[in-house]
Amino acid sequence: MKPRHAGISAALGAALLCTAAPAWAQAVASEWRYLTFGVFAAIIGLTMYVTYLAAKRVKTTADFYAAGGGVSGLQNGWAIAGDYLSAASFLGIAGLISLYGYDGFMYSVGWLVAYITVLLVIAEPCRNIGKYTMGDILAFRNNPKTVKGFMAVSTITVSTFYLTAQMVGGGVLVKTLIGIDYEYSVIAVGVLMLAYVIFGGMVATTWVQIIKAILLVAASLVMVFLVWSQYGFAGPAYFQQVISDPKIQARVATLIGDAARNMTPEQLGQRFLEPGLYLKNPIDQISLGMALVLGTAGMPHILMRFFTVPTAKQARISVIWAMAIIGGFYVLTLFLGTGAAMLVGPNSIIAADRGGNMAAPLLAQFLGGGPNSMLGNLMLSFVAAVAFATIVAVVAGLVLASASAMSHDIWVGIVRGEHATDEEERRAARICTLIVGALAIAIGILAQGQNVAHLVALAFAVAASANLPVVLLTLYWKRCNTGGVVAGLVVGTLTAIGLVLVSPNMTYPLDVRATQEKAVATQTAAIDKLRADAAAATDPAVRAKAEQGAAAAEKARATAQAQLKTLGDSRTSIVGLEKPLIQLRNPGLISIPIGFLAVLIGSLLYRDRRAEEMWDELYVRSNTGIGRAAAAAH
Amino acid sequence: MATLNWSAIDSDPRFRELHDRKTRFLWGLMAFSIVYYFLLPIGAGYFPELYHVKVWGPINVGLVFALSQFIVAWLIAFVYARRASGFDDMAEAIARDVAKGGRS
Repeated sequence: MKPRHAGISAALGAALLCTAAPAWAQAVASEWRYLTFGVFAAIIGLTMYVTYLAAKRVKTTADFYAAGGGVSGLQNGWAIAGDYLSAASFLGIAGLISLYGYDGFMYSVGWLVAYITVLLVIAEPCRNIGKYTMGDILAFRNNPKTVKGFMAVSTITVSTFYLTAQMVGGGVLVKTLIGIDYEYSVIAVGVLMLAYVIFGGMVATTWVQIIKAILLVAASLVMVFLVWSQYGFAGPAYFQQVISDPKIQARVATLIGDAARNMTPEQLGQRFLEPGLYLKNPIDQISLGMALVLGTAGMPHILMRFFTVPTAKQARISVIWAMAIIGGFYVLTLFLGTGAAMLVGPNSIIAADRGGNMAAPLLAQFLGGGPNSMLGNLMLSFVAAVAFATIVAVVAGLVLASASAMSHDIWVGIVRGEHATDEEERRAARICTLIVGALAIAIGILAQGQNVAHLVALAFAVAASANLPVVLLTLYWKRCNTGGVVAGLVVGTLTAIGLVLVSPNMTYPLDVRATQEKAVATQTAAIDKLRADAAAATDPAVRAKAEQGAAAAEKARATAQAQLKTLGDSRTSIVGLEKPLIQLRNPGLISIPIGFLAVLIGSLLYRDRRAEEMWDELYVRSNTGIGRAAAAAH
Repeated sequence: MATLNWSAIDSDPRFRELHDRKTRFLWGLMAFSIVYYFLLPIGAGYFPELYHVKVWGPINVGLVFALSQFIVAWLIAFVYARRASGFDDMAEAIARDVAKGGRS
């Protein structure tokens, strides 16, 4: 996917902190850190208070898993947005737009369109059929123990991929933003999330997501308003400003290289609003689009949100609100991204973080008056705190989904054969939350420095290739049965993971070595030339510049050499390949059809009388809500 | 609840009508939205010149098309919400009869 965690540049805050930078720099200078801690404390305090109130309301298992079905459509809409708008959307997409223009914006579209699938074919039937987990939906007409077991494993797989990306991204982000160590950042995210989920269950998780979504949207609105005010609320003429901006023109010239030579500055600026600067391979784009559009509807933590509303109608209303909020937010990111490109400049954004994640925080700092102003740092702190709340809220949703699968599907459903008292199940759910949370912290710390960006795409690909086919066909195809569900989950998951393992996402030592050796050679040549220049220069300013350049080149060479050293003698990727077998980075295009096919074939080969006998009941219930409505009334 | 005769409800003409209307409407809308969405990356990948055509100052076809994706998604949600309340009424009528004494 995108180079979100492509690595925080070693020259981290060079552009941000002119003087008195500590051993390693962060976005907020130490003199303003009290602001950061103040804003963080305020937001964490608010969510903790909400958790305290929520904890008193969690009295039954239904409260813990599904907030007792008492969340309204509007509230759930905000909570879905809070669950979905991860730091990747907020910081990542604004960053992509600030660095690559049009392609970053095009990238954001799929994330909204995904909700059409959720709205039309998934939300309402799931609300009518399911209870607490995706396993419940499948267990309705299939062999409950079998499908719950497989679905729980798939839920935990998808959530773990997504969770790892969130924990690693969150740790890096908090470190970059406020400068506490990576390990402590990860532990802080994990402990806070555990506090919400263990004490407040779904009630607290829902409210944390609502609060975070409101803060996120409010912060974005204020920033876009301030960006527009810089350009006199020019309407469509705003884009004239974008293309006339020299910083953007220079950025495009760097991106397209030689092709820029015959272009006027105006044409270079216009190029920023045209496709092709970031997304080079249309097939990969389509493949990712498929994973998003079909995968979102198979994400356990998203589906779980529909068990919190009282009726199918409220489920529908919640998706419509979520679409309004999420879509509106992505339209705002277009202006956050272009605003950051004009006001902060792509070079400063890259200097802070190579993937562009710092575009929105730096824009906030600029709009408040710059790195040396109190308001600027207050705004930066606020955006940082919102980003932190974002990570915690998303992680809370993911952990709750995994813990429910473990406690409700595996422990109660399989081990105890559905015989557990309400209190026992609630205790199991809390223990499972603790286990999953501890694992998330451990994985986050162990995966430090790993490139985990492709794990988000992989999570969506598995959800689209395994979870969605089995849920969709269970709900809409009479012949679907246990055999198909098991085949679909196993084949879909393994195909998606297998394709990623042989894809260009993995590290291929031969390639890396060639690139780094070339880099070492280039930098060595550059160092020699700059040294010679410095020796020959008579003007001290010219000499200083050449020496600076040589020092920078030496640093780059050292980085490349260090990379070569870590490679050692290895020649193959972790699955023993010298080069990728397929060129596709996102497996969806192949794995989604295979997942559907596996459900079809598995169902046709397997005979399951119960699945067919239950079809009428499932279909009537999913379309009318009969049964579930009565159950909710008790 | 377990004693409800589900296949009787399933073959109830009103339920069949609900099913037919809903199926046609939903999958039609679904197919339209998927086609409309994938035209965006396909167009950007294979017909980039088209996206370069300017329509209003520096605003080009590509930008308008990307923005239209948002409008179309919201319109689909709006259209669905309006039609769905009709489905709700039909489902409610069936559920009411079942509750009244639909045990058979």
